[in-house]
Amino acid sequence: MTMFLSLSNTQKARPRRFGYRISVVGAVSFLIIAAWTLVAIFAPYIAPHPVGDIVDFDFFGPVSAQFPLGTDYLGRDMLSRILLGARYTVGISLAAVCVACFCGVTLGMTAAVIGGWFDRGLSRMLDALTSIPSKILALVIVAAVGTSIPILIVTLAIIYTPGCYRFARALAVNINTMDYVTVARARGEGIGYLIRSEILPGIIGPVLADFGLRFVFIVLLLSSMSFLGLGVQPPFADWGALVKENIGGLSFAAPAVIFPSIAIATLTISVNLLIDNLPQKIRDRSEQ
Amino acid sequence: MGAEGSNLRVQGIHYHTSLKGRSMNSPILNLVAERIIVAVVTLLFVAFTIFFATEMLPGDVAEILLGQAATPEAVAGLRTAMNLDEPAVLRFMYWIGNLFTGDLGVSYVNKMPISDLIGGRLVNSLKLAGVTAAISVPIALTLGITAAILRGTIYDRIVSIITIAVISVPEFMVATLAVIVFAVYLGWLPALSMAHEVTSMGGLLKVFAMPVITLSFVISAQMIRMTRAAVLETLNTAYVEMALLKGASRRRMVLHHALPNALGPIVNAVALSLSYLLGGVIIVETIFNYPGIAKLMLDAVSTRDLPLIQSCAMIFCLGYLILITIADLVAIVSNPRLQ
Amino acid sequence: MSNLVEVRNLRVDAKTDSGRTVEIIRDVSFDIAEGEIVALIGESGSGKTTIALTLMGYTRPGCRIAGGKVTLSGREISNLPEHKRARRRGTEVSYVPQSAAASFNPAHKIMDQVVEVTKIHRLMPIDEARRKAVELFKALALPEPDTIGDRYPHQVSGGQLQRLSAAMALIGDPKLVIFDEPTTALDVTTQIEVLRAFKSVMKKGAIAGVYVSHDLAVVAQIADRIIVLKNGEIQEVGRTQDILHRPQHPYTRELLEAFEPAPHGRVVDRPVEPEKPLLVVKDIVAGYGRVDETGNPSVKVINKVSFELHRGKNLGIIGESGCGKSTLARVIAGILPAAQGDVLLEGKPLDRDLRRRSRNELRDLQIVFQSADTALNPAKSIADILARPLAFYHGMSGQRRDARIDQLLDMVHLPRSLRHRRPTELSGGQKQRINLARALAADAKLILCDEITSALDTVVAAAILELLKELQREHSLSYLFISHDLSTVRAICDEVVVMYAGEKIEQLSPDIMGSEAGHPYSRLLFSSVPKLDTGWLDGLEQDPHVLQAYSRR
Repeated sequence: MTMFLSLSNTQKARPRRFGYRISVVGAVSFLIIAAWTLVAIFAPYIAPHPVGDIVDFDFFGPVSAQFPLGTDYLGRDMLSRILLGARYTVGISLAAVCVACFCGVTLGMTAAVIGGWFDRGLSRMLDALTSIPSKILALVIVAAVGTSIPILIVTLAIIYTPGCYRFARALAVNINTMDYVTVARARGEGIGYLIRSEILPGIIGPVLADFGLRFVFIVLLLSSMSFLGLGVQPPFADWGALVKENIGGLSFAAPAVIFPSIAIATLTISVNLLIDNLPQKIRDRSEQ
Repeated sequence: MGAEGSNLRVQGIHYHTSLKGRSMNSPILNLVAERIIVAVVTLLFVAFTIFFATEMLPGDVAEILLGQAATPEAVAGLRTAMNLDEPAVLRFMYWIGNLFTGDLGVSYVNKMPISDLIGGRLVNSLKLAGVTAAISVPIALTLGITAAILRGTIYDRIVSIITIAVISVPEFMVATLAVIVFAVYLGWLPALSMAHEVTSMGGLLKVFAMPVITLSFVISAQMIRMTRAAVLETLNTAYVEMALLKGASRRRMVLHHALPNALGPIVNAVALSLSYLLGGVIIVETIFNYPGIAKLMLDAVSTRDLPLIQSCAMIFCLGYLILITIADLVAIVSNPRLQ
Repeated sequence: MSNLVEVRNLRVDAKTDSGRTVEIIRDVSFDIAEGEIVALIGESGSGKTTIALTLMGYTRPGCRIAGGKVTLSGREISNLPEHKRARRRGTEVSYVPQSAAASFNPAHKIMDQVVEVTKIHRLMPIDEARRKAVELFKALALPEPDTIGDRYPHQVSGGQLQRLSAAMALIGDPKLVIFDEPTTALDVTTQIEVLRAFKSVMKKGAIAGVYVSHDLAVVAQIADRIIVLKNGEIQEVGRTQDILHRPQHPYTRELLEAFEPAPHGRVVDRPVEPEKPLLVVKDIVAGYGRVDETGNPSVKVINKVSFELHRGKNLGIIGESGCGKSTLARVIAGILPAAQGDVLLEGKPLDRDLRRRSRNELRDLQIVFQSADTALNPAKSIADILARPLAFYHGMSGQRRDARIDQLLDMVHLPRSLRHRRPTELSGGQKQRINLARALAADAKLILCDEITSALDTVVAAAILELLKELQREHSLSYLFISHDLSTVRAICDEVVVMYAGEKIEQLSPDIMGSEAGHPYSRLLFSSVPKLDTGWLDGLEQDPHVLQAYSRR
């Protein structure tokens, strides 16, 4: 450790701002994520068939030139349904992760800077919330208030806010002990400045990495809920709901069961791999 | 150095005085007591959260239960019977009190005592979880520790890639894959398990095989990653480097120097992964139609059977808290600094 | 075979964070004779530890021996496979680490770790190894030698652990022991005992040693020869006496000069000013935890400390780690509110808590911290760091502010082009200058300097002291200078307060800081500072009773 520190001192090397070494795996992952994002935005324009239309007389149709990903249990085009499903899976998850991270990070930084009873109380409360397994909490909320897309987003955000909070607070507590924060405090700066200008820039890298990981968790939980029939409701369908709809085809390995699963896997594995292969500098910080 | 040193010393003093202040002579007992108190308080908070989350139900429970055609008198009668007219806080007190005496209440839907509904189901789920833990814990620890020892080798990379793939996909996908591989292509096992068809040892194996395989995959992946990280972290310490400079072998460095210090984090990893079983069983029991408590809860959600949902949720949370508390206690007891 | 160690054309490569390979040891060659102690002297980044570790056939992760060879007892170690190197570690060559506290495994008893070498290499039966360890404990003057091995590492003090790690290194009867800055983390009074113990066991066993250090005075007490390193290259090799008294290389001379910075040119005859003192600290009690009704915190760190500081003067606060000197700075700055007592600036009482001080009061009193690495936000540019106090205290913006930033950079002798850089791109000395410039930006009257030169190499630290003096002349500043290092305090202060265990022991002029100090603790502290004289340690006599009374070992 000291070795590397002293190295950078003697070399006085300026970090090359565009000299990141981006690995092939990272680049491919990034492209896949970008592609799914584009699909989510432009789905209606690129889908070959309208989602709701029954276009095949056969159900659970095989892969063919006309239906590249087969057809579903009613004979609808799977490719179109998966393209439109991306909207729900990516959109809901993204919205939920944004809300969760915003709340978690803001609360975490505030708790770290204020400290004292505020910090202890909030930490204990949110810790207690995490001792309800995420799927159980989701079930309880859905059972109580039903399910719709806004409720799903709020539910997912509530479930993942404590984790965000914990992560951001741990980082912020470390930064908060740094002398530069003490200097700012001694200067007379208020809490708002400390959080925005001194703490946030120091934790933003790891927080973004955490954002990605949490996005994956949310995609998985959302898919699981839809799979259980408690998530996105018909006539709309996200990828988890597509698997549920077509689970009848499982015993003969129908493409309609396999392809939505693959869609989920490509998205989540890509995000995980992208984070694992982030440009060196950002990851170094997140490991501290 | 000066400032750092003084801070450390100050913390040391602070720590000791705070222990003395509580007039207990053993720091271990003290910490253990503290952990247990925290667990109990957390459980109360969780109960509170679950109770009020389910009470948010829009509309009147009595009306929902009796349906649209119910007379106002009938609704009022039911309300009184269910204490619905009393304030929510009071009802929460009744509920908690009843939970402690083992009275879980009566199902809204089929009017059966909830303890009867849960009993057999809980045993089924515990069987599933027990078998899964017995299989996956030894395998995961071995893989995690060996991957850390052989860090950077092909073996380590293969293990890492497989674990990252497994934790990146939903459990139902692991389950469907297992069905496609073992039931559809290989034809070794039935796609669905029906507990009531069990008549022989082989039958039992078949019932358990698919759920256990699925769950083991899911929780082992978690456990392997966390164990590997915990061991690697201790391998990066100055005392392990010191062991190397004493001429110790890689094996000795890991087994004698790193592992005893990684014990706390590893137990924690095991507990966290096992707690993942709690969520995992919901999917697995649904897919394989396994008559466990998770399936029961899911059915309760679809019929909005609130007392049943509350009880099931409490059982899951209790399981989680027990696991986490045990992990904390092991970490405390295994810390030589506290002896 | 005349030499125990022969290093020839050694080159070591390292991979940096960004994946580049750089050469950190360049073409280093030297010998060590049997029984000889050789010191590797250099500043951080000079590669001294890296070289020492190659003698064990080891490089830290990320580094590798790229060329040359290292021969130990006539057999090369650098080209052996790992398991054969391991066989020689602990038996032929062993290692005493910088931080024994981190290098002892917290999970095992001390005795088990001390005798581990004999177990790994099957040198002797376990009982014999234990007896031998106890002998070593006695030779190293450890208290309770028969039972100390039964404790866990966290149950003994830092000075003891350091000696215990020497026992761990000596148990396998090595021919060569590597000491890697073994006393750097210790207080001066502790350092003496540890050095004495090391010296006597090494002499008795005629064991060769490599002593890695940045401190010439410490090395002068123990080494036969000194190798001066800079940036991974040897600058000069010579006998200790020659290096100290007849240095050849300019870099060696620079190191020697920096060791004893010029004393502060005190203006003795300034007319006695009737004006009020700039800073008055009165009966301060401070600490952590709950404050009881009598005004005492549950953990008291500072107890009834008072002093005054006059305008244009500098006051030093000196003491060993844990004496409360840094806490005192925080109390004065209001970061840690005092439990009792008053702080007056220019006669006006300051609130104990900085949150209730006015902006002007805050501006007049600035604090500068020890580690420039943590005192500058790595996410901000130098210009942003300097701009904030200008905007905050003086409401400056735009061109006026930019011009002032340039001025500030000039004042601390840094090129204006640095303003767009980030702290991580600067050297330690440059960072500490920025740190000072930020305090200057406030136009402070008093600057609290908390160990600001401790983390710097001697040459750089000397330059910072010069800068402080120059700024004082030009801007009528006063410094409250907190340090554990006497020569630093002597270089800049008019008066010195000695602290021990949270209390002020005495206040005196740095000129009489030698033997005439009034209080026995001050005498002990001052006499414990190593001198650039090979006979200092052997000639040093300290009152054992005083030593006993003031050691918290």
